[in-house]
Amino acid sequence: MVKKTVSRIYLSVIFLFLYFPILVLIILSFNDSKSRVAWGGFTGKWYLSMFRNTAIMNAFTTTIQITLIASILATIIGTLAAIGIQAMRRRGRAILLGATNIPLLNADIVTGISMMLLFVRFTKLGFSTVLIAHLTFDIPYVILNVLPKLNATSKSAYEAALDLGATPLYAFYKIVWPDILPGVFSGFLMAVTMSLDDFSITYFTKGAGVNTLSTMLYTELRKGIRPEMYALSTLLFGIALLLLLLMNFRSARKNDINN
Amino acid sequence: MKRKFLFAAVPLLLAASLAGCGGNDESTEVLTVLNYGKYFDPEALKLFEEETGIKVEYEEYESPEEMYTKYKAGSINYDLLCTSEYMVQKLIDEGEVLEMNFDNIPGYKNIDPAIIDAAVSYDPEHKYTLPFFYGTVGILYNTDEVNDAETESWDVLWDSKYEGKIIMENSVRDCFLVPLKRLGYSLNTTDEGELNEALQMLLEQKPLIYAYFVDETGDEMAAANASLAVAYSGEAAYAQSLADNLAYTVPGEGSNLWIDSWFIPKTCKSQENAEKFLDFLCREDIARMNFDYVYYATPNTAVYENLDEETKSDTTIFPTQKTLDNCEVFVSLDEAGTDLYNRLWKELKSN
Amino acid sequence: MTTKWKRQLLAGPYIIWMIGFILLPILMILFYGMTDSSGSFTLHHMIAIAEPIHRKALLLSLKLALICTGICLLLSYPLAMILNGMHLKRQSFVVFIFVLPMWMNFMLRILAWQLLLSNNGIFNTLLDSLGLPKLQLLNTPSAVVFGMVYDFLPFMILPIYNAMSRIGRDIIDAARDLGANSLQVFVKIILPLTVTGVLSGIVMVFVPALTSFVISDLLGGGKVLLIGNVIEQEFMQSMDWNMGSGLSIVLMGFVIASMAFMNVRGADGEGTAVW
Repeated sequence: MVKKTVSRIYLSVIFLFLYFPILVLIILSFNDSKSRVAWGGFTGKWYLSMFRNTAIMNAFTTTIQITLIASILATIIGTLAAIGIQAMRRRGRAILLGATNIPLLNADIVTGISMMLLFVRFTKLGFSTVLIAHLTFDIPYVILNVLPKLNATSKSAYEAALDLGATPLYAFYKIVWPDILPGVFSGFLMAVTMSLDDFSITYFTKGAGVNTLSTMLYTELRKGIRPEMYALSTLLFGIALLLLLLMNFRSARKNDINN
Repeated sequence: MKRKFLFAAVPLLLAASLAGCGGNDESTEVLTVLNYGKYFDPEALKLFEEETGIKVEYEEYESPEEMYTKYKAGSINYDLLCTSEYMVQKLIDEGEVLEMNFDNIPGYKNIDPAIIDAAVSYDPEHKYTLPFFYGTVGILYNTDEVNDAETESWDVLWDSKYEGKIIMENSVRDCFLVPLKRLGYSLNTTDEGELNEALQMLLEQKPLIYAYFVDETGDEMAAANASLAVAYSGEAAYAQSLADNLAYTVPGEGSNLWIDSWFIPKTCKSQENAEKFLDFLCREDIARMNFDYVYYATPNTAVYENLDEETKSDTTIFPTQKTLDNCEVFVSLDEAGTDLYNRLWKELKSN
Repeated sequence: MTTKWKRQLLAGPYIIWMIGFILLPILMILFYGMTDSSGSFTLHHMIAIAEPIHRKALLLSLKLALICTGICLLLSYPLAMILNGMHLKRQSFVVFIFVLPMWMNFMLRILAWQLLLSNNGIFNTLLDSLGLPKLQLLNTPSAVVFGMVYDFLPFMILPIYNAMSRIGRDIIDAARDLGANSLQVFVKIILPLTVTGVLSGIVMVFVPALTSFVISDLLGGGKVLLIGNVIEQEFMQSMDWNMGSGLSIVLMGFVIASMAFMNVRGADGEGTAVW
């Protein structure tokens, strides 16, 4: 019994540690006073001024563009690569996976700088350089999520389908694809998460006037804290909550059906 | 069915978003501007885009050294830059700056000739630069906790009574000018002995420091997170507009008078557009918008004349002659000097 | 055989991409790090890590990263055990709780800590109202560690929890039937079976903590200089790309060393997946 109480308390403390700072941001976003500690009445004005703030809105659009384009392309290239890698012999596979691990394991700052050095040599920094950089660190997540699923698919079913006259593409679509789909999906989600949260790599590869939320906030935070940022936090948290709830709901329903 | 829809939707989405970001870059002209943080009213930028149809790619930096690196890296072609006199001088000396055609900038007539003359140290023939704002470096303090007499000297920044309540400038030369002036040296010194003395002084001060800030200073002071700050005059005036219990002074040992100017770098793609932008910012209404936004002393006489008496006599914004006489202007450092400053700065930060 | 070869071709676009944007940039950094501004070979910029300024920054980074990793481990292990003991029907719920803060921008999470820790911030106001003296919390190395723990904690919890949830109930039940007490079960079964999770957690926290420069920038008030900050400044302020690259190579060495440590100790890095 005591053990249970201690566990409960421990859980609540960690939970508080994770969510209290976010709660503070949410409360402050409705605070009518600019003060960071005193409550000055309820207001929604920071939300209005956030939507009117071009810097925030531009960064918002850029973030969504970069994240979506990079994650979708990464999912396509990465899934194809995983299928290719799986067909390779041991040696080639090991080399490729080793290289794939580099952007995952290397320090963000080093990845960012190395890409900047490359870009500066051959081109100007801009939107596309950020996109290339994101794509580069997104692909490995997809590969590493798809590969285990591919290894788990039954080879014999695929070969049987071929023997029965199915084209490789059709056999793949009917037999392999359903099996690896969860891996593709989670790879895509990880790519989205990493793209959304990246700062260092974007910071070193971005051109003038190109800002994702992370780099925009970094510049803004160094100029002081604006209440619009609280509103932005609340908005982003709300979106994340909604998306994750939706996804959870979906997978929960799937689990129920499976059971 | 759903899956088919997904297959169709993905390429469409991709195409749409690619078109969305690629499209506007080609059809409209773009002006790439690099400026200090919090130094241009975003509303004014929007107005410029609306009036001229030129899209402004606006970038900000914190210290002149950062700006120099961003420019020199060559990874972005800037069309127009604004920075402090000593960095402008360095770039002019390196042949990086284009001559302006003032015929294209009729608004130039609004600029106070006295300030243009003050630029003599770095642009003697007035060919390259257009003054934007000027001001001083001084002490911004909380009058509830610090009395006026104390701030007559830089010494107050070494008073252990204010431990953890002092903000210093996070920009190498602005930071070093404080101990240099306190020691009675020139703020342009490159003498290793003098600079080492200054470094020792800053190291001694470090335990008392709350933070090294540049643009955060005003907000932090207004939020009463610190009692004393080394700040630019405009940052101080901005903080005063947020809180009543703040005052600004330039200590008796003297300080720095700085002038920030616009210039057109060699990388400029369209000098015509750059000059359009310069003329735009000289226009009275725009200069006024910027003045109200940044709180620094404006060299624009059209704006100055139309200010109310209270603002005109605000010594935080417009320094008195006595203060100006007591101030020195930065000159650019040679390579050895720059390296020395860089090393001392790293030494201060790593200890 | 031919179909297999055709399938291998599918990896083609990725291989080209990898050579261009993973391998080539690494070569660039090696090139810059091992040459001087005139392009001739030198090891000076890598040896420069031994200069007092750089050494101090590196040692401080190592120290803070170790503390951060230690705290994360201490917090996560019991937490993972508790969560595992709750026998949640849906494990995804656990993942959900710890991933949710990660979807809110990293900068905004740091902003929250600035608000909480500043001299006149929420903690100090709280202390003050309780009649306790105010503390300087923000802009200290501890604030930086705080921020790191907050940001990287999920990277530690998830792999440990994953490893733990994979231990079959029947193994533990069997051990108990054979007379093992709780401590024995823990030491003989749970601990050895979660080592992989712990090790991958350690690397996933230690590496970003060691190389971070933004957290120290925003929560250190310009007073906490980590090796990441030194490198960033070489690139963004002092414009010494050779020096910055040289130091980056050394930093990469540390990253590789910590990976190697994990690989020797444990198996592969499985269980690192967030989903």
